[in-house]
Amino acid sequence: MQQAVNLWPLLGILAIIIGFLLRLNAVLVVIIAGIITGVAAHMPAADILDKLGSGFLATRNLAFILLIPLAVIGLLERHGLKEHAQNWIAKIKNATAGRLLIIYLLARELTAAMGLTSLGGHPQMVRPLLAPMAEGASEKRFGDLPLEVRYQLRAMAAATDNVGLFFGEDIFVAFGAILFMHNFMLASAGIQTEPLRIALYGVPTAVCAFLIHAYRLGRMDRHLANMLDTAQPASLKPTGAKK
Amino acid sequence: MFQQDYLYWLAGFLLLIVAVMSLRDKANPRRWLTGSFWGLYGLVFLTGDWTTALLSRVISHDLNPQRTLHIIIGVLVILMALIAGCGGVRLGSYHLPGLAQRERSAGRLGNRLFAPALAIPIVTVIGVLVFDNLPALQLGLFGAGNHSTLITLFSITLGCIVGLLLALNMTRDRPLQSIQEARRLLDSIGWAFILPQILATLGLLFTSAGVGVAISHLTETYLAVNDRFIAVVVFCVGMALLTIVMGNAFAAFPIIAAGIGIPILVIQHGGNPAVMAAVGMFSGYCGSLMTPMAANFNLVPAALLELPDRYAVIKAQIPTGLALLVANILLMYFMM
Repeated sequence: MQQAVNLWPLLGILAIIIGFLLRLNAVLVVIIAGIITGVAAHMPAADILDKLGSGFLATRNLAFILLIPLAVIGLLERHGLKEHAQNWIAKIKNATAGRLLIIYLLARELTAAMGLTSLGGHPQMVRPLLAPMAEGASEKRFGDLPLEVRYQLRAMAAATDNVGLFFGEDIFVAFGAILFMHNFMLASAGIQTEPLRIALYGVPTAVCAFLIHAYRLGRMDRHLANMLDTAQPASLKPTGAKK
Repeated sequence: MFQQDYLYWLAGFLLLIVAVMSLRDKANPRRWLTGSFWGLYGLVFLTGDWTTALLSRVISHDLNPQRTLHIIIGVLVILMALIAGCGGVRLGSYHLPGLAQRERSAGRLGNRLFAPALAIPIVTVIGVLVFDNLPALQLGLFGAGNHSTLITLFSITLGCIVGLLLALNMTRDRPLQSIQEARRLLDSIGWAFILPQILATLGLLFTSAGVGVAISHLTETYLAVNDRFIAVVVFCVGMALLTIVMGNAFAAFPIIAAGIGIPILVIQHGGNPAVMAAVGMFSGYCGSLMTPMAANFNLVPAALLELPDRYAVIKAQIPTGLALLVANILLMYFMM
């Protein structure tokens, strides 16, 4: 830390924070922040473009896994996949949005912990199946749902997929993050760690993640029941009430 | 040998068809811009080794063809960002059948509708497992080396092809109809679609501009980390905060581990490095739950689920993220 550290590149972070807080278009904010960062680090314009282009090419896999399932999912939606998912869950007697999402959270976390991370995801699971099912289960209990409740259920479905994935995959020994940490500590400080131990010490956090999020899903069920039961006439509530 | 580029060409052609469909969609008020956006994106997917080879023949010898290609793509990216940022990607008309018709179709097709959707993840997982367990097959198809990304991309493509064939067979629709439906979903995601890539690129730019060095310098200079508990708090919160800024725990880990984790937690306080690494990375993941920078997990789903508030998924995740960060701090303190 003897030589001076250039703090100006931190301006890029400031630009990001301001841009996101003002809710400007995120793509523009990020591009501008990138240019500011590069200029602050005295990078020539060609270098910034070079980094931008090579980075964009190298990360095409992110967009690819979003893009490729869309044709199938779109076609199925055209023929009533969402509607069927809602009707299907409505047939299960004790189904609630919270319980459904808790089961999904458990399944997502356990399969991710076995390395099966592709058994989920937003385009192929959440949009066509999980979110409609969460809405369908609530519709069956409470009748027609206010729009903001639908949005809340969808957001929670997406959140549940993320929590299950993040905190499941990192206890899978062969997952990239484990090997990445192992390699980094060996290379940077000569510290030898067992990859298996790193994975094992992740287990308590994975359990906490499940407990915390499942508790919140249970609370969401109770909250919805309180909010919607008082809003709906009592006669609509008994079992067998169709939407 | 099978190359990752082949898969990208498939995506590129798909996007070019989407672009042509957009250009012809008179219901879209900005059909030229929307079409050019998806068209440019298609071109980005079509580039590969062949473009570099072509460039090396066309341009003068003192220019590095690889670098020239990257600069051209960089210009394309800025162009796409301008189109996206100025509201150039708009919705058109997709002739989606009405709710009553979809309900009828759902009643007729029943549970068979689930089969193609579930085929995608199931075939993907089977593909990954088969390639992982049969090194000979992997070597035969992809050649020598580590192909974990390629295997996932290849398997998910396989799953989507199986799913598409099942769906086309069941619905008797034309194959082109499926691309029309893909266009409907792409337009509804809109500009958010390129955000994950642009953010990942920003992360790389941050790293080469020395943002990480600046942050760890500030931490070491201004934070007192002699107390064991405070050191744990600074480390876990630092991982979460830097992940919020960079959008990726992988980018944050080397910086925070080198700045605080190894010198202070492991060497000064004699902590267990495996605990430091495991719980540290998970603290970063708590940050991932709370940041728009992790766009593919947080912003793209909000667009995909047609939520009016683009931060809705993040808001749903913040309580879990914060509670789990506290849990991580305690776990690290007591396990280390």
